[in-house]
Amino acid sequence: MDWLNLLVIPIIRSVVIIVVLLTGFAYLTWYERKLLARFHVRYGPNRAGPKGLLQPIADAVKAVFKEEIIPGHVDKVVYLLAPALALAPALLIWAVIPLGKDFPAVADVPIGFLWILAIAGVESYGVILAGWSSNNNYSLLGALRSSAQMISYEIPLGLFLVSILLLAGDFSLVNLVEAPRAWWEWLWLWIMFPLFFICILAETNRSPFDLPETENELVAGFQTEYGGIKFALFFMAEYISMITTSAIMATLFFGGYALPFGIGSDILPILGPFILAGKVIVLLFLFIWVRASLGRPRYDQLMGFAWRTLLPISLGYMIITALLTVFFK
Amino acid sequence: MPELPIPIPPLPTLHESVFMAIALLTVVGAFLVVAARNLFHNALGLALTFFGVAGVYFVAEAEFVGVAQVLVYVGAISTLITFAIMLTRGMMYGATSPLNRQAGTAAIIAATVFVVMAGLLGSLPWPVAEEPIVDGQIVIANLGVGFVTEFVVAFLLLAVLLLVALAGAIVLAQDRK
Amino acid sequence: MVPLTWYLTLAAFMFCSGLYAALGRRNAIAVLMGIELMLNAANINLIAFWRYGVTPVENVDGQVFAIFVIAVAAAEVAVGLALIISVYRNRKTLNLDELDILKG
Repeated sequence: MDWLNLLVIPIIRSVVIIVVLLTGFAYLTWYERKLLARFHVRYGPNRAGPKGLLQPIADAVKAVFKEEIIPGHVDKVVYLLAPALALAPALLIWAVIPLGKDFPAVADVPIGFLWILAIAGVESYGVILAGWSSNNNYSLLGALRSSAQMISYEIPLGLFLVSILLLAGDFSLVNLVEAPRAWWEWLWLWIMFPLFFICILAETNRSPFDLPETENELVAGFQTEYGGIKFALFFMAEYISMITTSAIMATLFFGGYALPFGIGSDILPILGPFILAGKVIVLLFLFIWVRASLGRPRYDQLMGFAWRTLLPISLGYMIITALLTVFFK
Repeated sequence: MPELPIPIPPLPTLHESVFMAIALLTVVGAFLVVAARNLFHNALGLALTFFGVAGVYFVAEAEFVGVAQVLVYVGAISTLITFAIMLTRGMMYGATSPLNRQAGTAAIIAATVFVVMAGLLGSLPWPVAEEPIVDGQIVIANLGVGFVTEFVVAFLLLAVLLLVALAGAIVLAQDRK
Repeated sequence: MVPLTWYLTLAAFMFCSGLYAALGRRNAIAVLMGIELMLNAANINLIAFWRYGVTPVENVDGQVFAIFVIAVAAAEVAVGLALIISVYRNRKTLNLDELDILKG
């Protein structure tokens, strides 16, 4: 029974979540292209199936049937390892995200919160490995940028997470969602949300902070030497981290799987995952909206913003949060 | 049924098999650090070892230290080391051996130390108290209380040390031209 | 539970690998990596002794020490790598055998 509870059930749950995420990834590309088309006053994909709904499947078939090319000058083992390492952290975070009351994705570990922080630190490896093993100056520049950018933005991100932790007073994400918050706590959290979202954009390498892969200066940076299904894995990693970080933000800032004012959560606990999915879709819209609206900053502006603006703000925010927690809770 | 000459050892429990898998990962990583010729492969081995050590902490139910290990060692220190390797990549190529003249002696010393230590470890009677930990959150709470009461001076000094190290690193690595 | 000696043997192996890397490698970064391995080995021992000591829930000193070691190692790596980059910029080499201008 030990083996069944510890291994078999979590494996089934993980497989289900991965399948859902992969489908989510496929339709996120469709969602993004449709939305970008709306922003540009175009139609977007509309040939494959009704409203272009079969487009992701066509893309997948194309990627799979492309010729597998491994350039001769690459460091082969690392080169093949990189796409897998890029994808793994985005999936690993899902182990602790609560999907419903008494229904965590895989496990309600007491340190769910720290898990997010730890895995966020590992996310840059795929990009670094890809850039290095490609053995190409542009790719290496992309990798250097990525590692510097991720480390820099992790610091304010970590400080903001610590502030949330101070307010919640609990490492468990399930308790974080379940515990009632006072109105000023919500307000104080939402004031911070835009800054947190900026850190998340930098961490997921999304536009406007996609400097590791700028196509016009670095010819796609770390992805230059990748094609076919290996490129598709990087693509997948980026989009699945968008979904994952949206789920994290929904859980931390917007009540996760619960409806506002506690409506209905006790009547139909099975609704939890769908409510979470709805919030994720709204947050994904934000990612795409930003991509369609903003241009890329220069690299020094990006780093300067992290160290000179975000870091002092996040430190100040943390101190004020600590004071608020001491005096009002 | 004839008696077996050697009794069959009991199958490893789930706990033990997890530990063995993690230990194997750690050992492979440590081996890569010392044996691979390419400096970048050394750094990847180092990251693997750090991850394995974090796994060992999780098996030992020290979750907070395990997460700190992933966050600091895998997330920051390994990334910094790969960063330094990329910045100094002129060192990477060339036919020179990665080992210096005293490598042979060093290998003998390290092997002797390991044999002596492993021999001692196996023969000593360690007094162990195997007490179960019911709620990991209480351990973390006690850890936090420890930092602000018993170890508060050391904790503050640590903060000063980190600040000084950060400033010092910036001054040292700055380009003065 | 896992026998205590397993932890200690793993730590001993890591310590000796680190010792070999610190003594026998030419590149300064590789030496730094060896030192990190040794620090981690010490940490495994601290955690193992904490877990197998009496009242691990109340008496968390082993974990406190492990955290101190992690933080000090972070400071050490930051300064060490800054030194390495600074040396590389001035001398264009990280070969420790060649960095001997103080030799009389």
